[in-house]
Amino acid sequence: MTRDLLLKGGRIVDPSQGLDAVGDVLLRDGRVEACGGTLGAPDGAEVIACDGLIVAPGLIDVHVHLREPGREDVETIASGAHAAVAGGITAVCAMPNTRPVTDNQATVGFVKRQGEAAGYARVYPYGAISVGQKGETLAEMGEMVAAGAVAFSDDGRPVESAQLMRTALEYARTFGVPVAEHCEDMTLAHGGSMNEGAVSARLGLKGIPAEAEEIYVIRDILLAKRTGGHIHLCHLSTKGSVELVRWGKERGINVTAEVCSHHISLTDERVGHYDTNAKMNPPLRTAEDIEALQQGVADGTIDLLVTDHAPHHYDEKEREFADAPNGIVGLETALGVNCTWMLHRGVITLSQLVDAMSCKQARIFGLPGGTLRPGGIGDVTVFDPDAAWTVDSTRFKSKGRNTPYGGTALRGLARYTIVGGRVVYTGA
Amino acid sequence: MPKPTTLLDARAMDRTLRRMADEIVELFGGTDDVVVVGIERRGVQLADRIVALIAKQEGVTVARGALDITLYRDDLQTVGPRPVVGRTQLPLTLDGKRVVIVDDVLYTGRTIRAALDELADFGRPARIALAVLVDRGGRELPIHADVVGRAVDVAPGQRVDVMLAEVDERDAVILADRDAA
Amino acid sequence: MTGPLGKDLLGLADLSAEQIRLILDTAVPFKEISERQIKKVPTLRGMTIVNLFFENSTRTRVSFEFAEKRLSADTVNVAASTSSVSKGETLVDTARNLEAMRIDMVVIRHPASGAPRFLAERIDSNVINAGDGTHEHPTQGLLDLLTLRDHLGDLTGRRICIVGDVLHSRVARSNIYGLQKLGAEVAVCGPRSLLPNAVHELGVQVFDRIEAAIEWAEALNVLRLQLERMQAGYIPSLREYNRVFGVTSARLERASRDLLILHPGPMNRGVEIDSDVADGPHSVILHQVTNGVAVRMAVLYLLAGGRPDLADAAKGGRS
Repeated sequence: MTRDLLLKGGRIVDPSQGLDAVGDVLLRDGRVEACGGTLGAPDGAEVIACDGLIVAPGLIDVHVHLREPGREDVETIASGAHAAVAGGITAVCAMPNTRPVTDNQATVGFVKRQGEAAGYARVYPYGAISVGQKGETLAEMGEMVAAGAVAFSDDGRPVESAQLMRTALEYARTFGVPVAEHCEDMTLAHGGSMNEGAVSARLGLKGIPAEAEEIYVIRDILLAKRTGGHIHLCHLSTKGSVELVRWGKERGINVTAEVCSHHISLTDERVGHYDTNAKMNPPLRTAEDIEALQQGVADGTIDLLVTDHAPHHYDEKEREFADAPNGIVGLETALGVNCTWMLHRGVITLSQLVDAMSCKQARIFGLPGGTLRPGGIGDVTVFDPDAAWTVDSTRFKSKGRNTPYGGTALRGLARYTIVGGRVVYTGA
Repeated sequence: MPKPTTLLDARAMDRTLRRMADEIVELFGGTDDVVVVGIERRGVQLADRIVALIAKQEGVTVARGALDITLYRDDLQTVGPRPVVGRTQLPLTLDGKRVVIVDDVLYTGRTIRAALDELADFGRPARIALAVLVDRGGRELPIHADVVGRAVDVAPGQRVDVMLAEVDERDAVILADRDAA
Repeated sequence: MTGPLGKDLLGLADLSAEQIRLILDTAVPFKEISERQIKKVPTLRGMTIVNLFFENSTRTRVSFEFAEKRLSADTVNVAASTSSVSKGETLVDTARNLEAMRIDMVVIRHPASGAPRFLAERIDSNVINAGDGTHEHPTQGLLDLLTLRDHLGDLTGRRICIVGDVLHSRVARSNIYGLQKLGAEVAVCGPRSLLPNAVHELGVQVFDRIEAAIEWAEALNVLRLQLERMQAGYIPSLREYNRVFGVTSARLERASRDLLILHPGPMNRGVEIDSDVADGPHSVILHQVTNGVAVRMAVLYLLAGGRPDLADAAKGGRS
């Protein structure tokens, strides 16, 4: 039995209940006992003064790479889950491109158990769409759902066969879970290491055109239309993708979409002189794309703000740009980046921020949480959207240091990260 | 602070050069196979004048050349490269020639050391002599001039400016403070 | 103290017009050294230079080697195939090892764009880019500029067209940056599949027809067509390339004026350029090769002076 926890006097922002008001939240036995109004502290309760802070349902990130099993030198489920709570994130969905690939019941169970053992953020496993993520044979989705998989993806690479994607959408529909696609036409993207445009032309780097993503976006939307399955489009990076998703949603197609914090904040100019910390897939695009993506979040075309947290060993990034691995860490900077680039610039409201970082994540992926309704799980993020801080990657809880935000001044910082009614992280 | 002093004015310089031309001919016992080589920059103009003076006196125009010793300096890595390297122009071979190097001021001797190195890359002269307009002392190498226009002892804090009409619009040799503009 | 070019020569995009002119002006007297009987000056005596070639390039390597030797530097050639690189050593390890051996300069040719900068940021030695991926080949760009200047004089307003595979050409990029900085008008001509999609962002005019390019230009810099481009499907055949974009004497004869013809080599005769053009009166291709040594000597010379450590040592007295 943990002590009751009373979050006193914060501004409760919970769009799942249409709530935005100063009030108290009481957590008991790992669940929300009461939410809103002035609540008295029960005997023995721990009271946290939240004056001037935002009290929101725990933030969720449905797109992270925790590298375990296989690359525990780079990140473990425990270090990744620790990084999550340090960033105010109470639950993550771990992508299955592990070694071995999380394409079976046993590995799904392993990931889930490692997450529980770590005791930081909740860790929900993704299962692979195809065996070994090879794009050939459908993995045993039913078994994996039974073991705790919440969605399926071959992320890291696309499902190249349209037929296999069609089948995956149909089959996953049986279990009511989304199929998440990494949209990339490998023939167009072949050999590319950054956005195709003026910067790539200048740097002499082969570019990845926006169409490499958009061709898959429309293909998958059309397949979702045909099958009635739920397609979730990962890490969209282009203006064209936003327009295509909008097109799909207008027609009632079961499509949802996410965007990464770096894609709403940085352009391909950030590659500068071959900075491998600005190398990710999909690549950083242009200012026009950023504007469209931000607008997409604001109008709901883009549902979720995620990180695509992708730690790498420092010396893997310490090499020629074209040969360096893709991806950056993001769990500990996402809240600050999203506040700085979208909230404080008036693109979205606090409610929209919380919706995109919490409520909608839970709703779309069928996860517990994403709400402070009494009876729900006691996952809460208490944050200060105005707190100014400077990113220092040496202080990350993640084992990864590969961030393009090192030294960047951000506004927006988690103060208390609460999982299951227990404070698992207290910010400075 | 002492005022700049004129060591040679135009007339004195002319006189000095005439004497130097005579001494060069005397040194070599004639004008056969003599090559007068000036060191960039003002040594080149001085060499031209000496060649003209010898021609006037002896009725023979001796060969001349120009030497840019930038690439033979021993201080490239400490003072950095001089932005533009001048041209070296010498007769095709110096084998058996009697070369007189002409420069404006002889100081540490390092320029002459470099010039000797460079000349060696153009052949094997029978003799190399050195003629300078001003010998200011302060040698850092065992080098001496065979023909000297004017010898003065100059303190390290002072500098000798040789001005020639061809580049400086007037002829003069001036002793000035090193920091003076 | 930093030399007039800074520590490294990584690309012409980084240089000012003044710096480019300085290199070209410095190269002129260096040409004379190569005409001497003893083609050697002691300028870089005692300096150690490594020619680190991760890609084969006999021509560029030999040109650098001549330049280094004529300046009396000690040189070591390291070819990737014979080095520990093929054993999986990373570029950063290679850099640290060179540094530990007290190398003064590294001339690097590498298939990855940006590799010379990567090296330059991690070692104190001067780094000279001898061609990186599809990024830049600054000394080639400089020797092309010197050759053009030798024949055309001041390049302000002069019209130069780069012909061929601009997309994959580091020579093209260095030429475009250098020519633009010196005030020339630059155009490119080639199949659209071999031009960058964002070619307009480079500030150049585009000709789809070689005939139009020839009519417009005062000089053509004809790029080598890498045979693997055809295998990769960028163009249907070498035969068609020659028919549509080949620089032939028939095409040049129809032009209203004489054009200078440059080519960085090695040439595919009968593909991007016909033999009678390559060997003809308008070709300055061998002049480029001669200028290559002089330009590289100038670059070595200008970079060699700016060694802050040595300058400090001199000030404080050598240990």
